[in-house]
Amino acid sequence: MRNFQKVAVPVGAIVIFLLLWEFLVWVNGWPNYVMASPSDLPDAYIRFWSLFVEGSWQTLWRTVAGLALAVIFGTALGMVMGFSRIARDALYPLLVGFNAIPKATLVPVLALLFIGQHNFNTVLMAFLISFFPIAVSVGIGLSTLEPEYRDILRSLGASRLTIFRKIALPKTLPEFFGALKVSVTLAFIGTNLVEIISPHGRGLGALFLSGQTNSNYPLMFAVLIALAVLGIILYYAVVMLEKIFAGWAERPQH
Amino acid sequence: MTNLIDIKGVTHAYQTPNGPLPVLDNLNVSVPEGEFAAVVGPSGCGKSTLTRLVAGLMKPDQGEVWLHGKLVKSPRKTVGMAFQNPVMLEWRTILQNVMLPLEIVAPGMPKKQRVERAMELLDLVGLTGFENKRPSELSGGMRQRASLCRAIVHKPDVLIMDEPFGALDAFTREDLWQTMHELRAKEPFTAVLITHDLRESVYLGDQVIVLSGRPATTQYVLDVHYPGEGLRKLEGLYTPECAQMLATLREQIQIAQGRQPEPAVH
Repeated sequence: MRNFQKVAVPVGAIVIFLLLWEFLVWVNGWPNYVMASPSDLPDAYIRFWSLFVEGSWQTLWRTVAGLALAVIFGTALGMVMGFSRIARDALYPLLVGFNAIPKATLVPVLALLFIGQHNFNTVLMAFLISFFPIAVSVGIGLSTLEPEYRDILRSLGASRLTIFRKIALPKTLPEFFGALKVSVTLAFIGTNLVEIISPHGRGLGALFLSGQTNSNYPLMFAVLIALAVLGIILYYAVVMLEKIFAGWAERPQH
Repeated sequence: MTNLIDIKGVTHAYQTPNGPLPVLDNLNVSVPEGEFAAVVGPSGCGKSTLTRLVAGLMKPDQGEVWLHGKLVKSPRKTVGMAFQNPVMLEWRTILQNVMLPLEIVAPGMPKKQRVERAMELLDLVGLTGFENKRPSELSGGMRQRASLCRAIVHKPDVLIMDEPFGALDAFTREDLWQTMHELRAKEPFTAVLITHDLRESVYLGDQVIVLSGRPATTQYVLDVHYPGEGLRKLEGLYTPECAQMLATLREQIQIAQGRQPEPAVH
């Protein structure tokens, strides 16, 4: 019963959302070059099926690659900031400043730096846009570790590495996964930004662009929905990892 | 009798932006092997600094801390610690929490032996059946019991406790005092207990050390002669002998706080 509810409630919500959308378009009598309705979408998917599969795969792997880089780099940076006050003081303004730059402005910069390296540029953008939350939350998680936690092992003569492995690392995992959920969505934005702005044309972003140039509005909306589906899949992949590695942080519900 | 803990003329100050803040001033404490020393004093007088010194987590500016005839320069495996916050690792079960020190102190010990040792202690404090629970599923008192098990699982020479019962309700606290005596009867250890509770200091301590206000120095040492034979009983606290000791301690605390002592009613 509980499992049925877990699936039925979100699926029901999606169905209601689609019905409302359809209704809105119908009531206003919008033609599909103003606003496509859900019933236009299956046709778009059937016609461009192979493009969707190819584009989704390209978008997905480049997003995941960028995200993986963000996890490695963000965690390392977070560790440096978490353990050293000086590093924290030095890096915070730089990081915040970097994060404040609208990433769209970086697309031409990257394109000129690495001319023609479309895959590389896309992965790099996904990485650049998504490492910040991870670095900050790991850094905060480590620097706010209560001294008692460290002391129970330190008083036994444990090395810093042991303390990190047995205490600091697992204790920071819930914060890490919280940040990763934010980063997943950000990485998608990064990938699509490059796919749409840069003229090399790969991934779902390029498909969106071609829909726009051909005034094929149902195709554009179909791409948006495909992106949403990819985002949901990746998000729940992170949720599953979180359940496995940091499930202990979830309090039993009464 | 040899002293297990010898604190000789320890003086320490913390560096703050407003200059050095002296917390300990020529502090002397001696605890013979197997004895239980309770330390009381006004709040903020440097009691917690004392625990960190004995644990070797920090070095004093002046003076020496000796453990077992050896000068303490760094943390040593023969110390166990318990704090007001039970500091349970939420991602481990109770059993895994208790076994934690063994992983550091005796990495070669077979898993079976570790489990046996931990279960034996959990049994002593009445936590059998809870070993596979997560700390979040236990009450505060139970978590503190597990924390005590963890502090002594590696058979330390010295158990250092910084107000371990401070956050518990009165009944749970009295339960844990009893548990403390039972543990000591089965597994003798030398203990230093920091506390705010004078009844606790008398009930648990063999000697009660009163520290003066900051910077702390040893102001008074009370040898506890607890009424009754064998394992101490809670009822003993309500005898004239204990009332007398508590009155003396209260008087000393008031002096430590820099107040005129109210005349004790004897």
